[in-house]
Amino acid sequence: MNTYSVDVAIIGAGSAGLAAAIMVKKADLNVLILERDRELGGITLQCIHNGFGLHEFKEELTGPEYIQRFIDQVKELEIPYKLDTMVIEITPEKVIYAVNNKEGLIEIKTKAIILAMGCRERTRGAINIPGFRPAGIYTAGQAQRFVNIEGYLPGRTFVILGSGDIGMIMARRLTWEGCQVKAVVEIQPYVSGLIRNEVQCLEDYGIPLITSYTVTKIHGKDRIQGVTISKVDRNFDRVIGSEKFIECDTLLLSVGLIPENELTREAGAEISEMGGPVVDNNLETTIEGIFACGNVLQVHDLVDLVTAEAKRAGLNAVDYIKNKYGKKIEKKEKIKCIAGENVNYIKPDFINMSDLSKDIIFTFRVKSPDRRLLIQFKDDKNRIIYKRKRRYVIPSEMIELKLNLNECKLNPNCKNILVEVVPRPEVLIEED
Amino acid sequence: MIYDVIIIGSGVTGCSIARTLSKYDLNICVLEKEAEIASGTTKANSGVIHAGYAAAREYTKRYLCIKGNKMYTQAAKELNFPFERIGSFVVAQEDDQIKELEEERKKGIEDGIPDLELILDKKRIKEMEPLLTDKVVGVLHAPSAGLASPYELTFALAENAAMNGVKFFRNHEVVKIKHQDYKFTVRTHKGEFQTKNLINAAGLYAARISRMLGLDYFSIMPRKGEYVLFDRNAIQLNKILFPMATKISKGILVCPTLHGNTFAGPNAQNINDPEDISTTTAGLKEILDGGRLLVPSLPLRSSIRNFAGLRAVPDSYDFIIDNTDVYGFINVAGILSPGLTATFAIAEKVVEFLELLGVQLNIKDNYNPIRPKPERFKDFTKEELDKKIQEDPRWGRIICRCETIPEKEIINAIKAPVGANTIDGVKFRCRPGMGRCQGGFCRPRVIEVLSRELNKPFEEITKRGEDTNILIGRTKDIALNEIPGGSNEE
Repeated sequence: MNTYSVDVAIIGAGSAGLAAAIMVKKADLNVLILERDRELGGITLQCIHNGFGLHEFKEELTGPEYIQRFIDQVKELEIPYKLDTMVIEITPEKVIYAVNNKEGLIEIKTKAIILAMGCRERTRGAINIPGFRPAGIYTAGQAQRFVNIEGYLPGRTFVILGSGDIGMIMARRLTWEGCQVKAVVEIQPYVSGLIRNEVQCLEDYGIPLITSYTVTKIHGKDRIQGVTISKVDRNFDRVIGSEKFIECDTLLLSVGLIPENELTREAGAEISEMGGPVVDNNLETTIEGIFACGNVLQVHDLVDLVTAEAKRAGLNAVDYIKNKYGKKIEKKEKIKCIAGENVNYIKPDFINMSDLSKDIIFTFRVKSPDRRLLIQFKDDKNRIIYKRKRRYVIPSEMIELKLNLNECKLNPNCKNILVEVVPRPEVLIEED
Repeated sequence: MIYDVIIIGSGVTGCSIARTLSKYDLNICVLEKEAEIASGTTKANSGVIHAGYAAAREYTKRYLCIKGNKMYTQAAKELNFPFERIGSFVVAQEDDQIKELEEERKKGIEDGIPDLELILDKKRIKEMEPLLTDKVVGVLHAPSAGLASPYELTFALAENAAMNGVKFFRNHEVVKIKHQDYKFTVRTHKGEFQTKNLINAAGLYAARISRMLGLDYFSIMPRKGEYVLFDRNAIQLNKILFPMATKISKGILVCPTLHGNTFAGPNAQNINDPEDISTTTAGLKEILDGGRLLVPSLPLRSSIRNFAGLRAVPDSYDFIIDNTDVYGFINVAGILSPGLTATFAIAEKVVEFLELLGVQLNIKDNYNPIRPKPERFKDFTKEELDKKIQEDPRWGRIICRCETIPEKEIINAIKAPVGANTIDGVKFRCRPGMGRCQGGFCRPRVIEVLSRELNKPFEEITKRGEDTNILIGRTKDIALNEIPGGSNEE
């Protein structure tokens, strides 16, 4: 068995893992990237559309162009990486066991680990569509891989369930291939991906977006022959009599992403209700020295945001190793962040009390869209410590706020912070 | 060539008969209409090995179940399929149901079911199964009840039968049978076979096969049962949990699987179409509601798949195991629950019938009852794993991330006797695609391995046989008019 010893091991060589690795290497620490696929780059490689890099590089790139810049840096900095390498275990002592077909079993002793495994797509079973189980049902990302990487077409006529970004992007991609996309069907009354994708991928190609509908039956025993879609009411119960049949030979599912945290869970780190690991404001999980960033922590809207988060995780891992913060803080001295009204989840889950002098980046999503709002942070005495007006909120846009809790005059004995998104009282109206 | 025995159908019943007969010096083949074995009723079976108290005393199935249950211990040792006696609870939630349970216990003990016990101590019940509803007033505990993976059992049976000389012909749907001069001529879509004895184990199609020989004395009604499967991280049970039985079924159970998942189901719905394995909104709701009566904390958000299976329900509600009026033709039909439990006892019954028909049953010198345990990445210690990868690097190339399945396991599944030739065949043999992502990541890789090992192009790899292709062609094929496109040019 080959045994390695490194300062920081990074699990996953997608946009998160590469950015984190670069930060660690630039701090002159010893880093190793472990990637289960056959090349560096992760899912961004199959995202051959443009729209990447506007934040990070102030120019518009395709997915492969964007990620290549990081791959080039990894190679320039001579950061070691192992491909086709599957991590099978992380121990609480931060020893990693992995396998690949060249070395067999590998043991890697680490001082810190950065989790950057990304996310996976929700599948049909997870949303329980009744009907037959014929061939011809794919997640949008799987179809994207078939078309963009493997060079195969998964079908001719498509219905796409869910207006997630990958689904809309695939609607356009398949149209370019000569396939027909009959409709994108969305159970919510609004599009669930970015507005720019609705415009550039659906509207520009005349692909109908049918909102407040969902697929209620799958037809066809061998290959799929069509789907029944039905209108849903406010409680997402289907409206009897609203059924429509759409003929198709392929159904794509773009019904959401789930952080992939099997390893995190097995390592013993606490997982939050939304799927990602519980982290503090250093992006450190409940296991000391194990950090998480990118879509394994929370599903991001843009790769650029993943990169930014991963850089922070990289720097924090470096700080951790260099003991910049001195002794570790006990759990009881942490402040818990709680998702309140219309907040689906919030990261970080905890704030490390020793860090209150630093800016803290909060990220969260709302549960439902709304207009003319107030985002407010309250302490455990129900005092508002911070508020900010916002013109509108939608679940598909992650909200990011940078806050300094010292400047908010947070009571040092505070145990909880509640974050809520509430309608703005009329008296407060000022144009913003 | 004239076979001694042809078996129609390669579900658990057909394969169990094939394996039992493979001990004897006979020429045997199995005909299967689907691309893979275990494709029908067997595939979506609960996998519960019943203790045997449930069926009333007037039914043959009660006694074959009790006998079959005991035979599992030896069979699991020989065939190395997943099997575990975890025990079952029938859960009473009303005081007046206790009497019923006590009655079942008494009769069960009399009929030879071991260790049946009525437990009324709520604290003890909850210790044994903490997730059970607080409304429980008592349970009938059957420690001999267990779980087997129905399709893994069937693969093991088929492999062992094939090792001992039984031939399997898949994609051979029987369309016509002629009986003349004590000889059957069985025509399939793809060929013709001759045999002295014919065994009908065609499951849902058993009545159709029987009618081909003019025997119209029973009918088979498909009865659908839907299931919902839950993620293993979301819920863990210790026991098989049954509600009090109703007239038509044992009710919706909540049950662990041997792979650590949990399922709820099945419901029971009589239908006409023997291929209708569709799931329904109402059915899924019924299952979730039913399951919650036993386990209120059933995590609805963590369901990873729903599916349906069909029971082959005979009009008599009992197994039909007959030496028929057509000499040499044996019906093994209507094998509804507890057919999986009874399967080894059923096969022995068939041996008795063949003996009555005068078939020479001489045990082969080289009969080997042992089917070696499939090697699994997950079963290896770290040291073994390292050694395995050094020997064959394909153990180190992980194809399925959710279930940690390396390339070598997939190749073994394809190369095994009566091995996989479709994506579903691979999935049911070694689990890639059964996990949380349900094939999202691994499907392209599995297609690649199948394509290479079977020497077929990507486009010809199917989900589960004819007309279930995964890919329709190369990119640009539509644009270049190589294949028809998807646009509606009407």
